[in-house]
Amino acid sequence: MKKLAIIFGISAGALLLIHAQDRTTIKITGGTKPKLAVPDFRGSGDAQRLMAVFNQTLWTDLQNSGLFDLTPKTSMPLFIPQQPSDFQQPREPAPGRRGRQPQPQNGGGHWMKDWSDPPLGATHLAFGYTAAQNGVLVLLGWVYDLAQSNPANAQLIGNRYAATVDEAGARKIAHEFAADIIAAGGGQSLFGTHIYFTSTRTGHKEIWRMDFDGKNQRQITHFNNLTDFASVSPDGTKIACTSWVNGPPAIFVFSVEPVRKYSFFNQTASVNATPSFTKDGKQILYSSSVGPGCCRIFIANLDGTGFKPISPYSSIDVEPKVNPRTGNDIVFTSGRSGPHQVYRMNMDGADIERLTPGNGEAGNPSWHPNGQMIAFSWTQGYATGGYNIFWMDVANPTQYKQLTHGEGKNENPSWSPDGTHIVFGSTRRGRSQIYSMLADGSNVQQLTDAGENMRPVWGK
Amino acid sequence: MLSKRKLTTIGLAVSLTVFAVGCKKKVAPPPPAPPPVVQPPAPAPAPAAPTVTQFSAEPDTIQRGQSSTLRWEVSGTATSVSIDNGVGTVQATGNHRVSPSDSTTYTLTATGPGGTRTATATVNVSAPPPPPPPPTPQRTVSLEERLSGDVQDAYFDYDKTDIRADARDVLTKDSGALKAILSDFPNSTIQIEGHCDERGSAEYNLGLGDRRANAAKEFLQQLGLPADRMKVISYGKERPQCTEQNETCWQKNRRVHFAPGQ
Repeated sequence: MKKLAIIFGISAGALLLIHAQDRTTIKITGGTKPKLAVPDFRGSGDAQRLMAVFNQTLWTDLQNSGLFDLTPKTSMPLFIPQQPSDFQQPREPAPGRRGRQPQPQNGGGHWMKDWSDPPLGATHLAFGYTAAQNGVLVLLGWVYDLAQSNPANAQLIGNRYAATVDEAGARKIAHEFAADIIAAGGGQSLFGTHIYFTSTRTGHKEIWRMDFDGKNQRQITHFNNLTDFASVSPDGTKIACTSWVNGPPAIFVFSVEPVRKYSFFNQTASVNATPSFTKDGKQILYSSSVGPGCCRIFIANLDGTGFKPISPYSSIDVEPKVNPRTGNDIVFTSGRSGPHQVYRMNMDGADIERLTPGNGEAGNPSWHPNGQMIAFSWTQGYATGGYNIFWMDVANPTQYKQLTHGEGKNENPSWSPDGTHIVFGSTRRGRSQIYSMLADGSNVQQLTDAGENMRPVWGK
Repeated sequence: MLSKRKLTTIGLAVSLTVFAVGCKKKVAPPPPAPPPVVQPPAPAPAPAAPTVTQFSAEPDTIQRGQSSTLRWEVSGTATSVSIDNGVGTVQATGNHRVSPSDSTTYTLTATGPGGTRTATATVNVSAPPPPPPPPTPQRTVSLEERLSGDVQDAYFDYDKTDIRADARDVLTKDSGALKAILSDFPNSTIQIEGHCDERGSAEYNLGLGDRRANAAKEFLQQLGLPADRMKVISYGKERPQCTEQNETCWQKNRRVHFAPGQ
């Protein structure tokens, strides 16, 4: 069985790492993305008023997954099947005889080949319906493999989903159905993941959180001061950030559900900043000016105790990020060779190597979940301060790929937990806002618009 | 219409008139001789009334609490001279200090065999002027105002923390002002803020701002400022002075700034 997962139209060798999964049920035909037909679903009774939200959510999730080519709704047959019994088998062609009605050439939507033949040419069909039943919004959803000749063998997904009878419920069942389809396509749904970011919308920079699609934005910190540089723990339950609320920049740690501040002991220093979590979530790396000056990379326990320096004092070392796969190497930004660049070192500070070439400024390294690639921002080819998003294979840093191309400043990339998407901050439409895109730079979606929003990090 | 009673009266009158006419024919006796003319004795000359030649108040306007002197002089024969309003009987010539609390008109009465003469003198009492406003207070200048007025920002090159020649001059001047300020505000500390332009990453600029602030602190320390009264803080590129995207603006943001310590 062929792997579906290699869907990026780029350096397939590098990206093969991303989706090495065995569980794949939607097959590739012809080596391209599955062509998925997703007609509008209908709802019975009270459910119908929620279907615009449902259909929009389902379509957007599948579209943004980047795993499928969604076939245009305008080319679909007139009859939309709503359940498996709606399919009919084309009759065997009878021998032509004078005076007989000619055989129909299609089933108007009742035959699977109506969906797989031109003009639609889909490889897969998602269908189903919703109903409000005893105060519960129920979705019955199926996905059929149209390459099968018999509907009885075509079912890849056939599930029942339930939620409250309101728009939130409609969005939830759409996200869940989309998640199953994306999983069948070899991906992971982003549904349930969260993006933390800095927003100025209250008049102060504070840390906020939103769903993967920009919905449900809510404020996490309430310092009424300058608060910035969020990072999220590997299990998604905690964030660490930097705030000036007590004077010089210092580190704060919070649980996110419910929001509760942990105590974190900050060393007496003019800078304790840009924290992030270790792979096991039990320690924090950060940048501190304690000792000779600004700044070395430190590691400490979650409460700030047991701190010790990692990088030798040389220059300004900031924003350390531990490899999420191996847990034993760190990428960080340093000015030790001139304009700031991205470096890698071991957990003990040994074997420091520069990853970015040294021209222009580079920073904001962010590990892909596979622990082999990083995304980063770099001014290469642009004026000082003109950052774009790139990624590279850490083992082969001379190979890099540029994802944005001078549409404003593009900074602070962060990978989705499944490694298929990158969220980043951009000034492409004036004020800084948060955008997501596929890992090949396509399908850019704006997620925020209130105030200025920046420095997103994507967590579970 | 005449009443019966009036008719009676008229009749009586007519009859009396007739009687009187009938008596006119008698001769009258001569009138008595006029009495001889007698020169009446000249009366004794009346004594002259006393004359008040002076009655004055000097000064005639005083402030409440001050006094004025009444002066008077009465000539001629006076049996008594008195001034009202509590002064009482006085000599014919004299003076008297008075301190009325309100404007008062004094009346001097000089009585003699020849009569009484009076004169008045008024002492006007004005309220004292309101107290003058207190002397202009020495306006309290806050630490912040002193710092922003007397101490200049020092500027840096892009991605550099060296103290440039122009920054040396500025900081040298600043050191004098800062010494004065620290001595005027003995419990204060000065916060040296390090700032950057928008071009480096926000994360890196946190470190760069810290290094700039520390470079300025060390320079000032060499000029004799006490290290324990200077704190550094980096704002990276979070608090720009200027938000345009050109070198003029960026230069304004690459600076150290002095603020009151927290």
